[in-house]
Amino acid sequence: MPEPNSHFPIITARQLHKSFGDVQVLQGIDLDIYGGEVLALLGENGAGKSTLVKLLAGFETLTAGQLELRDLDGSSHSLAADWTIEQAEKRGVVLIHQELNLAEQLNVADNIFLGNELKRGLLLDQKRMLQKSREYLQALNCEVDPSTLVAELAVSAKQLVEIAKAYAKQSRVLILDEPTAVLTNRESEALFILIEQLKQQGVAIVYISHKLDEIERIADRIVVLRDGEMIGTYPASTLSKDDMARLMVGRELSQLFPEIPRPPDSAEVVLELQDACVPGTIRHAEFQLRKGEVLGFSGLVGSGRTALMEAIVGLRRFSEATRLTVKGRQNRYPTLAAARDDGIGYLTKDRKGCGLLLNMSLPFNFSLLALDRFSRGLIDVQKEQAQFEAAVKTFDIRHKDDSLTAGKLSGGNQQKLLLAKIMAAEPDIIIIDEPTRGIDIGTRTEIYRFIAELAGNGHAIILVSSDMLEVIGLSHRVAVMCRGELTGILEGEAIEEHEIMRYATGLKSDLDKQKEPLCA
Amino acid sequence: MPEKYFAAIDLKTAGPFLALIALIVIGMLVNEAFLSTGNLSNILARSSFIGIVAIGATFVITAGGIDLSVGAMAAFISGCMILIMNSLMESIESSVTIILLAILASIGIGALAGLLNGLLTTKAKIEAFIVTLGTMGIYRSLITYMADGGTLSLNFTIGDIYSEVYYGTLLGLPYPVWVFLLVAVVGYILLNKTVFGRHCFAIGSNEQVALYSAIHVDRVKTMTYMLQGVCVSIATIIYVPRLGSASGQTGILWELEAIAAVIIGGTVLKGGYGRIWGTVVGALILTLIGNILNLTDAISNYLNGAVQGIIVIVAVYLQRGAWRKKKH
Ligand SMILES: Nc1ncnc2c1ncn2[C@@H]1O[C@H](COP(=O)(O)OP(=O)(O)OP(=O)(O)O)[C@@H](O)[C@H]1O
Ligand SMILES: [Mg+2]
Repeated sequence: MPEPNSHFPIITARQLHKSFGDVQVLQGIDLDIYGGEVLALLGENGAGKSTLVKLLAGFETLTAGQLELRDLDGSSHSLAADWTIEQAEKRGVVLIHQELNLAEQLNVADNIFLGNELKRGLLLDQKRMLQKSREYLQALNCEVDPSTLVAELAVSAKQLVEIAKAYAKQSRVLILDEPTAVLTNRESEALFILIEQLKQQGVAIVYISHKLDEIERIADRIVVLRDGEMIGTYPASTLSKDDMARLMVGRELSQLFPEIPRPPDSAEVVLELQDACVPGTIRHAEFQLRKGEVLGFSGLVGSGRTALMEAIVGLRRFSEATRLTVKGRQNRYPTLAAARDDGIGYLTKDRKGCGLLLNMSLPFNFSLLALDRFSRGLIDVQKEQAQFEAAVKTFDIRHKDDSLTAGKLSGGNQQKLLLAKIMAAEPDIIIIDEPTRGIDIGTRTEIYRFIAELAGNGHAIILVSSDMLEVIGLSHRVAVMCRGELTGILEGEAIEEHEIMRYATGLKSDLDKQKEPLCA
Repeated sequence: MPEKYFAAIDLKTAGPFLALIALIVIGMLVNEAFLSTGNLSNILARSSFIGIVAIGATFVITAGGIDLSVGAMAAFISGCMILIMNSLMESIESSVTIILLAILASIGIGALAGLLNGLLTTKAKIEAFIVTLGTMGIYRSLITYMADGGTLSLNFTIGDIYSEVYYGTLLGLPYPVWVFLLVAVVGYILLNKTVFGRHCFAIGSNEQVALYSAIHVDRVKTMTYMLQGVCVSIATIIYVPRLGSASGQTGILWELEAIAAVIIGGTVLKGGYGRIWGTVVGALILTLIGNILNLTDAISNYLNGAVQGIIVIVAVYLQRGAWRKKKH
């Protein structure tokens, strides 16, 4: 579907305003969105990026301002109160949300065609939907079988299904809100190639991400938002990554990765895992964690990092042969509560599905994990409120209204709330799974500083992350997993991207091949 | 924003109370006898059975479950109590001792029945709807079997003494009303001020998140069913002395009335949000409807169920409206 004339914007926005009740979230936004171009939206957590694209795609209604869409025949339409999701999709404006929105109990193909089902007569044309879905997924280099139930997919695969679903709608304007937050580099790469193709076909792309590398790589123009206001529109070629960060945050940023002093070899081993096996997922893993240490965990998606961590904290079962020693005592936790009581904290990577109660208030979420600390028979609401307010300061949880539910926070601020929730239990061994997913560069710096501080005063930290730079920048040692096995632990000079990849892909392994794997 | 936000919440909270007031006004207009002390205390006493059961149901529903077995369970426990008391007559002198023993047994049976429902839903992982539909059938047929298809009657001597529990008063209010009030206060504190209550909210709103928040999900859910069982047994303890008998017809449709009271009161059927005072008001509203229809000729008494049905549907519709408005 070639665009008639890419000199005219497909969408023109002038002086957009949006408030929720009395709270102004966006003001005075001007945008021109052209076909065949990638327009990147940059801004801190809570700057209003998601809200802005929801306005464009009819998920929210404008408070004030003009929004115009130019149809294929060149005629313009003013989009007022009747701009709904259906309208937007019919006119070719499609949004991939920051949070996943799939019907978990339907299969992949049904999800991709949800609302646009292919029919033969009165009946659904299952065969064609499956076949088409397979094509769409292949365009993303995704191997998932379209007849799989979505509930059974990993988060990254779900995200790919979301993208395929949007792709299937043959849009004129495709909006992606942090699509790569849950993707691996390789998966992101496939997405960028697809974006390039769509661009060639004249599709307008609006792209939101906190990963500045990506912005530098694919954006043609960049719009920067700060606290709901437009800072400016810039040709991408004129901005360096440092410029982007500075414009977003409004000040110079300090060094991204702080120096974390390496604990001495004599430091106490607080956690030791031997002969670990989780039937069905983890075949072999052994490591030690010292006080004051940051141990990174790298690996491809599906390598079993999350499963291993969940087993350590009692959310999955280890085999009988597994030995877990925590602070000198041998222990396998039957429940997460037992692990928590032993001073272990676990930050899940699935913020929406496992982390926060989206329809509950912020203090409710904050205290949930450590509720016993706030209760002597009855819950001490004042103490809870006071500690919540302290946490809001410590973690800089930006919310404009105390009565908000967690789901109304911007994505990054949800992540900070989740971190606050884990820390409310005052763990001394902290396992964090993808801590900076969807977090802006300024906050990221703060979270890294926070990790450094924790390590500095004797906490032990396991950092699971798909962000290679993060793992390399923060860890004293890096454990690499490959297909359910911990294949090596790298130190010093060996902590380097290519070496990590060699272990992650199975090209290299320190495991004794002669030894029988402990379990299948 | 805050103003509007609170307005929406207030409407939601106040809704059941407003409906209650409206019903009272209607009652007064319909018949002067409505306001008589006798009628009012009758209303309160009658609503206490459903009310107490519904308070238990508030916990179950808030934690995302459902219990359909309560009516049959009440009948079964009634039957057990009567059989126990009648058989103890031979071996124990004091009627009071016999009654106290029956009360203890009643609470034990209630808790066990709840435990059974709880374990079947959490450990055997069967949907609560199916489990309690099954146990409902079991208790219902057990009571019919125990009564041999007829009616079990409590021995007169004991019945006379025990009847004090239903008909006796304190400060002018019948004992059942005091029990109802006590259960409501304890229920309120438990649901709103304790860790257990918070955990119920959390589980009902997202079980997975609850699991990742170190909550003993299975244990808490099982406890809600046990609490429900105990509430049923408390309701039974004050119900048995009223009629002094039990049959296959005892407690019929109590489960639906209890669930209706909970929902009218503003608790969300799919879990995550519960309100004890709402439930209390819901139970009062249901009883009031029956009472007013009794006092008037305008609508046939036989239409009681229809009016209750309409009220439930309207109540839920209004709540949905309030939710939706709040969203935008
Ligand atoms: N429905 C709502 N009601 C009230 N406030 C809201 C609502 N939705 C969003 N907000 C507020 O609007 C602001 C902007 O949120 P938005 O989600 O657009 O941020 P964002 O730029 O996408 O951030 P992130 O990078 O963290 O995803 C936040 O302060 C958020 O709390
Ligand atoms: Mg966002």
